[in-house]
Amino acid sequence: MSAVTRKHRDGRRRAGLFSGKTGSILRVVFSLAITFFGLLLVTFLIGRVLPIDPVLAAVGDHASQSTYDRVREEMGLNLPLWQQFFIYISNVLTGDFGTSVLTSNPVLEDIKRVFPATLELATIATLIGVILGIPAGVFAAINKGKWPDHVVRVIGLAGYSMPIFWLGLMGLLVFYMKLDWVAGPGRLDAFYVDFIEPTTGLMLVDTLIEGDMDLFWNAVSHIILPASILAYFSLAYIARMTRSFMLEQLSQEYILTARVKGISEHRIIWRHALGNVMVPLVTVIALSYANLLEGSVLTEIIFAWPGLGLYITNSLLNADMNAVLGGTVVVGAVFISVNMLSDLLYRFLDPRARR
Amino acid sequence: MRKLIAGLVMGTALATTPLAAQAETPKNVLVMANAIDDLITLDPAGMFEFSGLEYAGNTYDRLIGFDNDDVSKIYGVIAESWDVSEDGKTYTFKIRDGIKFASGNDLTAEDAAFSLQRVILLDGSPAFILGQFGLTPENVKEKIRAVDDSTLVMEVDKPYAPSFVLYCLTSGVGSVVDKEEVLAHEEDGDLGSNWMKTNYAGSGPFELNKWVAGQSLSLKANEDYWDGAPEMKRVIIRNVKEAASQQLLLEKGDIDIARNLEADQLASIKGDDDIKIMAKGKGALWYLGLSQKNEYLSKPKVREALKYLVDYKGISETILAGRSQVHQAFLPEGFLGAYNENPYSLNVEKAKELLAEAGLPDGFTVTMDTRNTTAVMAMAQSIQATWSLAGINLEIIPGDNKQTLTKYRARQHDIYIGRWGPDYQDPHTNASTFAWNPDNSDDATAKPLAWRNSWDPKGMTAEVDAATLERDDAKRAAMYVDLQKKVLESGPFVIMFQETEIASMRKNVNNFVLGPSFDNNYYRYVTKD
Repeated sequence: MSAVTRKHRDGRRRAGLFSGKTGSILRVVFSLAITFFGLLLVTFLIGRVLPIDPVLAAVGDHASQSTYDRVREEMGLNLPLWQQFFIYISNVLTGDFGTSVLTSNPVLEDIKRVFPATLELATIATLIGVILGIPAGVFAAINKGKWPDHVVRVIGLAGYSMPIFWLGLMGLLVFYMKLDWVAGPGRLDAFYVDFIEPTTGLMLVDTLIEGDMDLFWNAVSHIILPASILAYFSLAYIARMTRSFMLEQLSQEYILTARVKGISEHRIIWRHALGNVMVPLVTVIALSYANLLEGSVLTEIIFAWPGLGLYITNSLLNADMNAVLGGTVVVGAVFISVNMLSDLLYRFLDPRARR
Repeated sequence: MRKLIAGLVMGTALATTPLAAQAETPKNVLVMANAIDDLITLDPAGMFEFSGLEYAGNTYDRLIGFDNDDVSKIYGVIAESWDVSEDGKTYTFKIRDGIKFASGNDLTAEDAAFSLQRVILLDGSPAFILGQFGLTPENVKEKIRAVDDSTLVMEVDKPYAPSFVLYCLTSGVGSVVDKEEVLAHEEDGDLGSNWMKTNYAGSGPFELNKWVAGQSLSLKANEDYWDGAPEMKRVIIRNVKEAASQQLLLEKGDIDIARNLEADQLASIKGDDDIKIMAKGKGALWYLGLSQKNEYLSKPKVREALKYLVDYKGISETILAGRSQVHQAFLPEGFLGAYNENPYSLNVEKAKELLAEAGLPDGFTVTMDTRNTTAVMAMAQSIQATWSLAGINLEIIPGDNKQTLTKYRARQHDIYIGRWGPDYQDPHTNASTFAWNPDNSDDATAKPLAWRNSWDPKGMTAEVDAATLERDDAKRAAMYVDLQKKVLESGPFVIMFQETEIASMRKNVNNFVLGPSFDNNYYRYVTKD
């Protein structure tokens, strides 16, 4: 009784801005805003204390002093730090992320150009990781302690511990140079590059829009290797997690009940056990997807794949702070949206969460 | 279950097998892999990057050019001939007839005047190359003008050596743009600079086909080029940063030329019969800058000792393998007045004597800011090893390129290991940085390399200025030789190597041209068997 009234009173005290459905939305928006603000502030400060002169990146080492001074003023670097930050924040609020000194393009335009490359690669990689990783994990779990389990574990461990730089080059050497199964570095063969208008920036989609199947298959043959290399990492992770989730489920009493009822082993594993495993697994997959979406610098370098990872790294090394901040915001937004997406999937997969 | 896995394996195998790549590039297309992510603008008035200058050198015509093999031979390109007035302050160029821009417009003196004015008015990174002749945004429209359609006049503020003025006009800022086309795309009085960043308005042997930033740059032949259309109908340059990836592409035959192979790759393709290697000395120098604010480094004997403590030959042959030659004077080989003797070599005994004379028989400790790339770190480590033989303890401070450079420019280093590339083909470009420093105070306006190392070259500053006014080329060259000897002897620079550019190409590629600078690497003569 008393507990109920206390709860009631608490509810009333919170009545107002943060109560009810709109309240919870507001709360989310508010905490998002705080998170973003913090993110921007920290990145901004790091950028300003880095011992790198951002004007140098813009004008080069040889420019005359007068050019240097003019650009420094244009970049607003002679204003006090708080003022620079204030100007930056108010620009961001109006959707202006500034201009990258390195590429001299608006940061948003740059990101619009590099992000699709990463998105495409990460998506294909995650798909491969899921399609191969889940069955591998299940397979290992039902053969626990036997050789298939060991094989999956060794393969997984290798995928986890091999340097991606080496793996990428070896992949190219074997599958591109020797076997000729896939195409080399780049997103398309050199001759095809001119024929593609970057409508979405996703090569697989753009080539389909163009309606040229040769181009499409060429894009596929270029993406398959880097995506597989990246997928190896998420595959290893997904397989390991699937295995341990499965083992946990298979030792539950409902599985025993099902077996006693005479339901086929196939159905028990793939419907009952895996069905329950899917819920925590979605979080695992979402996390590894989000990680890939940050971009993988080494993969991007080896496969000449101009993506987000390379862009942010280059910008950071040149103290191109507008670009770094823009990239950070995008990565933050990606994390949040992937998380929200996995929340939605949760509801779909878990009947209890639907209520 | 088993069926499922089998199916998956089959599926992946099927998805990958039928996608074999093409074996050879077409006969009239040149495909190249190059690290072109430094390309940020296609506007010749604003570019100062290697890949940008190379692009402009192939797509724009300049007023004049020089012979790649003998830079003293200056010839006319768009300018058919030129005259220098008696007082040495007025240059009159006669513009060649019948040249057309890609737009179809006729190229006239008006376009040439506009192009040079535009460089000064936009005041981008390379503007100082023309600005040093007394041209400012206020006076440039008077000083550079078209008298009629075929006569261009340029007035400079002092009676400079004609070779100085002409060499500067051979660099990227001398590219002639299509005035009508550029002004048609002007926004808010920007002289078309926003449009020009990604578009083309020239008359060169190639024209821009398409640029996808960070990915590729493709050019197509100008079929009506006044000096003969190129045989390659298209040139495609792919941005490939990783040297090992470039090597794979080249060996496979997916590209014709790889531009950035490093020592490892060059060693491993040596035995490949399908590949040949082309080398050309470039202008960039590798050197150590010794800050004169450091008490040890400010002693002349110590500076001299350090010049005897570098394993020039060893570094050049092993670390820079094929991509450099030993060169110790501040003018690279190929420049007017370059001094090609290398008086210093590794001599630990001699260095020890010099250190003892300087009162430091037990050596000293000093730091070196070092860019953290493989080659530079390896050079620094070799230097560290040889210095320790003479008792000098060198601490290497690794850092990112821009980070070490920032420190260097703020005069906060002891020693800086760096690379210096000339800005244009005239000797003044290096003389004015290695041997010229009119104001050695911390808040000076001009900050040449001598200033960064807090070195006052005393009388040399005036000699450098005088050399720009010497109108007899032979006398002028002698002045630079003299300056180089003085810097070699007493300067705070241990100049070590001159860079060599290497292009690795398929056997069937002929007549690719590497020039002394990036703006004269030419594609127009290329043929393929």
